[in-house]
Amino acid sequence: MNFADIQKRAVAKWEELQRSPESRILVGAGTCGKAAGASAVLRAIDDALGRHGVKAAVIQVGCMGLCYAEPMIGIIKPGRPQIIYGNVQPEVATQLIADYVANDDLRPDLALGYIGDGKIDGIPNLFDLPVLKPQVRLILRNCGLIDPENIDHYIANGGYSGLVKALSMSPEAIIEEIKKSGLRGRGGAGFPTGQKWEFCRRAPGTEKYIVCNADEGDPGAFMNRSLLEGDPHSVLEGMVIGAYAIGANHGYIYCRAEYPLALERLRLALKQMEEYGLIGDNILGSGFNFHIKIKEGAGAFVCGEETALLASIEGKRGMPRSRPPFPAISGLWGKPTNINNVETWANAALILQKGADWYAQYGAERSKGTKTFALVGKVERTGLIEVPLGITLRQIIYDIGGGILKGKKFKAVQTGGPSGGCLPASLLDSPVDYESLTAAGSIMGSGGMIVADEDTCMVDLTRYFLTFTQAESCGKCPPCRVGTRQMLDILTRIVQGEGKPGDIQQLERIAMTVKQGSLCGLGQTAPNPVLTTLRYFRDEYEAHINQKRCPALVCKDLIAFYILPDKCQGCMICMRSCPVDAIGGGKRLVHVIDQSKCIKCGTCVDVCPPRFSAVVKVSGERVEVPSQPVPVQKPE
Amino acid sequence: MPDELAQIVADYGGEKGALIPILQKVQERFGYLSEEAISRIAKLCRISESEVFGVASFYAQFYFTRRGRHSIKVCLGTACHVRGGERILDEIKRELRVESGGTTEDSKFSLERVACFGSCALAPVVVIDKDVYGRMTVSKAKEVITQYE
Repeated sequence: MNFADIQKRAVAKWEELQRSPESRILVGAGTCGKAAGASAVLRAIDDALGRHGVKAAVIQVGCMGLCYAEPMIGIIKPGRPQIIYGNVQPEVATQLIADYVANDDLRPDLALGYIGDGKIDGIPNLFDLPVLKPQVRLILRNCGLIDPENIDHYIANGGYSGLVKALSMSPEAIIEEIKKSGLRGRGGAGFPTGQKWEFCRRAPGTEKYIVCNADEGDPGAFMNRSLLEGDPHSVLEGMVIGAYAIGANHGYIYCRAEYPLALERLRLALKQMEEYGLIGDNILGSGFNFHIKIKEGAGAFVCGEETALLASIEGKRGMPRSRPPFPAISGLWGKPTNINNVETWANAALILQKGADWYAQYGAERSKGTKTFALVGKVERTGLIEVPLGITLRQIIYDIGGGILKGKKFKAVQTGGPSGGCLPASLLDSPVDYESLTAAGSIMGSGGMIVADEDTCMVDLTRYFLTFTQAESCGKCPPCRVGTRQMLDILTRIVQGEGKPGDIQQLERIAMTVKQGSLCGLGQTAPNPVLTTLRYFRDEYEAHINQKRCPALVCKDLIAFYILPDKCQGCMICMRSCPVDAIGGGKRLVHVIDQSKCIKCGTCVDVCPPRFSAVVKVSGERVEVPSQPVPVQKPE
Repeated sequence: MPDELAQIVADYGGEKGALIPILQKVQERFGYLSEEAISRIAKLCRISESEVFGVASFYAQFYFTRRGRHSIKVCLGTACHVRGGERILDEIKRELRVESGGTTEDSKFSLERVACFGSCALAPVVVIDKDVYGRMTVSKAKEVITQYE
């Protein structure tokens, strides 16, 4: 069967599905959806459909990125746009089946918005919601809307037309097209993709490899996982195009073992491609052969670095080596190899589908296109977002993210994971592009964006990142192996209240040494969190070192909890909840915390009824409280 | 155990770079990589034991001691860290009387801290066996654990 027939059949099936007289229920069942309880929702839907004797197709889809509203479901009834409902717990799902699917009550009170043509009174268009309005969803266009396990859904929505076009072009013309689009590597470093492909194409040798880097190890990042779970074919199409342009007959996908669902979907997608002749020998009759193997990572962050990743595919310890030679000349098994990130491959497919000029209309001058980010931490609306490059941090955090959780004050945004930096409020209006973020001391990175509020201690957060990089340092080069350990030791002393004058200068010296002297990206960027926090949040370091005070009230060794005698009603709730029995007192007796026993877990603050709010957390000050339980002073 | 292990190695038929997938399969089947397993893999693959152990010990995924019946993984990715993952880990450690990386005396649970599951929007996250629990609190975590036998 040629592709035109495959496409015609897929479109017919898709349209039939759109016109189907049966209701369809789409359930967001990516990893996030499942973590939020999608499995229980699926069971509730099945039960309810059975009870009402209604037939409906239940389809599991990927993530729409509105993680804050998970679990989410979409209901399509014939002749109506899809209605999306958020925070659908099983009982809500049961209700929706009864009210909307079995009867015809749209339940606008539970709806987030609708998708598609038409208008529904009382329900907004989903894409007009503040969270989606500033977004431009190119890479994530299919996520949550098509069945990722059905290749026909992808094809019916324009999928693999980019490959068909590519196969009719010369490899050089494809590379020109990618260059013209302005696409830069989405793994973080931002190297121009077309140029990278060209290096590898021109490298001498007939045996070449391409690799998809899906070893998304940055803590706080899940863009690649969502894309692989929600639309795996978009990545695979890009890989086949790239392989053809570069002249590679073998490809690898190196994916973290921590992503079982993404791996499962990739395996299934490859099988479906084989059936359609989109992979294997003589792809779509072009005479071009290309095979893909999946390699599961075994849990080493450094394997996101390209030379370490190649070593790991070869079955060795994932340790980086010095470059040159670059992988484009000597990579996997010593052969020319081109490595791109998941999102870069998906972008390549889109560029071939729609053309470089179309693509280049999005984004900023030197950073074209869109970028996906995992917007997480202390924002109201966490989620997976896609925005045109050049948008400001403020737009992302406040317009899309809805501002800081519980109306607290913004303190910092961390981009680029452990390799990136923490940017303060004064930089909220800077644009998100490769150059601006680098100038601010951070990096674009793969797309983790973690928001910290006033309750986040920047010294503690920096120590957290160093704990991570120190543990993940492969140990090959001394600047990284020794330097990350030294920085971690100093930071640990500071958060424990044992900081000394001169620590800040010492940290700066070590950070610069590690940055300049390390072999690979891990070491070269590991000091970024230290350097940016010293640059923007130096006062917090000084408070820890000079006044032994943690301004954000986080560092356990520098804080204390007290129960205020004029507020405590002697209700015994905190006493019973304390995991180490550090609270004395009794009924109607003011409770007293034994400071020598207290482990600063904060449980007493959590459980003290808000109308009393008798427990306070302080740092660097003493609160006068009775040393023994005394009768309650001001009964309720 | 001998035959099954040999079969796993044979399935890869001397493919280049197959050591890591072999170790993954062996661990999946036997739960951990025993000294004996490492020594046998080395012989079957015709490489030294030190090389096999060198590779296996480099990656966080491999265990060299028997694990508990259930594995509890507390995520301490950045998002989980700023949303209180550490407190949950502390509480589980206290509740089960086990350190991270260790196994409870009754071999029921193994506890681990991990860097990131990529479910950051639902932080803090705890994963027990293959079930992912999002938006955890100290009390919810304690309750979830009691569901495992």
